[in-house]
Amino acid sequence: MTRKTAGITLSYRLAVASRSLAALLGGYALASVASVCIALLAPLAAVDATLVGLMVSFVFYVLAFIWCFACRTAWQAWLGVLAPGVLMGVLSALAYGMKTP
Amino acid sequence: MKEGFRQAMAWLHTWTGLLFGWLLFAIFLTGTLTYFKDEITHWTQPEIRSHAVEPARALDMAQRYLQANAAQSSTWFIRMPSDREAALSVGYRDPNGGRRGFVSKTLDTQTGQPVEARDSRGGEFFYRFHFQLQMPHPFGRWLSTFCALIMLLGLVTGIITHKKIFKEFFTFRPGKGQRSWLDGHNAIGVLVLPFHLMISYSSLVLFMYLVMPAGITAHYGNDTEKYFNDLFGGDETPAAAQVAAPLTPLPALYAKVQALQPGTRVGNIRVENPGDSNARVTLSQSAADHVAYRRSANWTFDGASGALLGQGKPESGAMMTAFSFAGLHMGNFAGPWLRWLYFFFGLAGTAVIGTGLVMWLGKRQLKHAKSSHLPMELRLVEVLNIASMSGLLLAVASFFWANRLLPATLEGRGDWEVNVFFISWGLSLVHAVLRSGRRAWAEQLALGALAFALLPLLNALTTERGLGNSLQTGDWTMAGFDLTALASGVFLAWLASKMLRTPKVAAKRTPRAARNAATEPAEAS
Repeated sequence: MTRKTAGITLSYRLAVASRSLAALLGGYALASVASVCIALLAPLAAVDATLVGLMVSFVFYVLAFIWCFACRTAWQAWLGVLAPGVLMGVLSALAYGMKTP
Repeated sequence: MKEGFRQAMAWLHTWTGLLFGWLLFAIFLTGTLTYFKDEITHWTQPEIRSHAVEPARALDMAQRYLQANAAQSSTWFIRMPSDREAALSVGYRDPNGGRRGFVSKTLDTQTGQPVEARDSRGGEFFYRFHFQLQMPHPFGRWLSTFCALIMLLGLVTGIITHKKIFKEFFTFRPGKGQRSWLDGHNAIGVLVLPFHLMISYSSLVLFMYLVMPAGITAHYGNDTEKYFNDLFGGDETPAAAQVAAPLTPLPALYAKVQALQPGTRVGNIRVENPGDSNARVTLSQSAADHVAYRRSANWTFDGASGALLGQGKPESGAMMTAFSFAGLHMGNFAGPWLRWLYFFFGLAGTAVIGTGLVMWLGKRQLKHAKSSHLPMELRLVEVLNIASMSGLLLAVASFFWANRLLPATLEGRGDWEVNVFFISWGLSLVHAVLRSGRRAWAEQLALGALAFALLPLLNALTTERGLGNSLQTGDWTMAGFDLTALASGVFLAWLASKMLRTPKVAAKRTPRAARNAATEPAEAS
C-alpha cells in the first residue's frame, strides 16, 4: 500500500470518499426531491406530472455526480447538492400544503 | 481535484468506468443477445417447429385446447405465433397446478397438441440476467438500474473529456498499442453515441417506478396500484356471475379487430371468466406493430355475446414519451434488418466498455513493464478483466453446449443449463488467477473460439436441424444462429491470435508520437 500510493494523503482519500457519498446519497436525495417537486408543481394530470417528475429526476442525479467531482472542496460538494435539495423540499411542502388544506 | 473541469471529468469517467465496467460489460452483452431472445429460444428448443398458420386458425386451436383442459380456470392467456416466434403459447391459472398456480403449454401450430420441448430457459435466461443479474428481487433490478445511471454518467463525462469529439472520431492510429485502444474506444463510442444515450436513459425510464418511488408517493401516497391503473389504463373485470354461458369463438373476435383496424397483428389474448356470462376477452396488438408501447392498442369484448365493450384509453404526451423510450429500448418493433442493427449497436456498446477496461490497465501496466510482477491491485484488475470478458463469452458458449448435451430427462434440466453457465464463468475466473495475463486471455479466447465455431457441428450431430437442413428448408432463424455462432468463433480466434503473438514493446515511441501525447492532456487516464 505504501509503495505506489505514497503522495496520496489520508485527507485526500477522505475527501474522495466524502465526495462519493455526496454524489451517491446526496445526489439520490436531490433527484428524489426534484421528482416530488416536479410531480406536485407541473400543471398536468397527476399521472402525467408524476411521469415527468420521474423522467427528469435522473438529470438531477447525473448533474449532482458531475458537481460533486468538479467543485473545489468536498464541503462544496455537499452544499451544492443539499442546498437545492432543501429549496425544492420547501417548494414541495408548500405545494403539497396548498393541494391538501 | 484541484485541476480543471475536464480533468476532473476524465477522473470521474475513469474510476466509475473501472468500478462498474465489469458488470456493465455483462449487462450489455446479455442485453445484446436479448435482441434475439425469440431466435435463441428457437434454437434451444428445436422440438418446436414453426409452420405457417393463419392467426384465426391458431386462435381456434388455442381455444379448443383451453376449453378441453382449462374450462374451470379463472383466466386464460394466449400468445400468438409470429414471424419470430414459432410457438403458440397458452397459459391458464390453476390453483392446484404449475409454478405459482399458473400452467403454461406450447402448442404445435399444425396439430394443436402440446409439444414436449426440452426444458430450457433459452433467450429468456439472458433477458432476465440482463436486468436481474441472478439476484433476489428487487436487488438485481436496483443494481442494474444504477449501472445504467453510471453508463449515462460515463457517456456525459466521456463527451466532456473528449471535447474535440468529431476530430477524434476521424482519428484511428492502428498498431500503436495503447493509442489504438483509445482511438477505437472513442470512435466506437461516438459512432453509436445516440444509441448509447438512448439505451442507458431508457433503462432508467423502464425502472424509474422502482428506483424513484418518491415522485409517485407525492401524488398517490401508498396507493401505487392507482398510479399503475392511471398509467396503463387498467379496467375492472367483473367477478364471475356463476352463470354458465359458452364463450364466443375467438376467431370471430379476431375478425372484428381486423375490421376495426385492418392489418393489425394480434400479440396476446386474455380471457377472464371463460364459460361464464361475465366473460371478458381482451385482444392486444403485437408490440411489433408500433415503436412505443401502446396502452390504447387493445380491444375488450364481452365473452358471452361477442360485443365490443371498448378500446384501451388513449395516451397523453408524457405517456407517449415514456412509452417511446421503453419501446426503443426493447426494440420489439424492429424487423430483421433493424434488429441486426440493434445487435451490432449493442456489440459496439459492449466493445466500448471492454476497450475502456483494457485501457485502464494498459496505461498502468506500462509503468511496470520492466518488472516481472504486477502490483497486487493491477493484477486484480487484470484477473477481473479476463474473467468478466472472455470468461463471460465462455459461459455463454457453455450454456448452448449444455443445451444440446444435457439429457432431456434430467431433473431440473433448465436450471442445470443455468448452473453450467455460472460454473464455467467461475472456472474461467480460477483459470485467470492461475495463468499469466496474456496466456489467460489467449487460452480463454481460443477455447471460446472453438466452443462457438463448433456449435453448428454440435447442432447438426445432436438434432436433425443442422445447417444443411435449415438452409435447405429456409429456416433462417436456425441457420442465422448457427452462422452467427460460427462468425463469433472466427472473431474470437482472430482476437486469440493477436494475444498469442509477442507483444510489441510499448515504450518504443517515435519522438513525434511522444510529442503528440504530450500536447493531448487529460484523456481518460
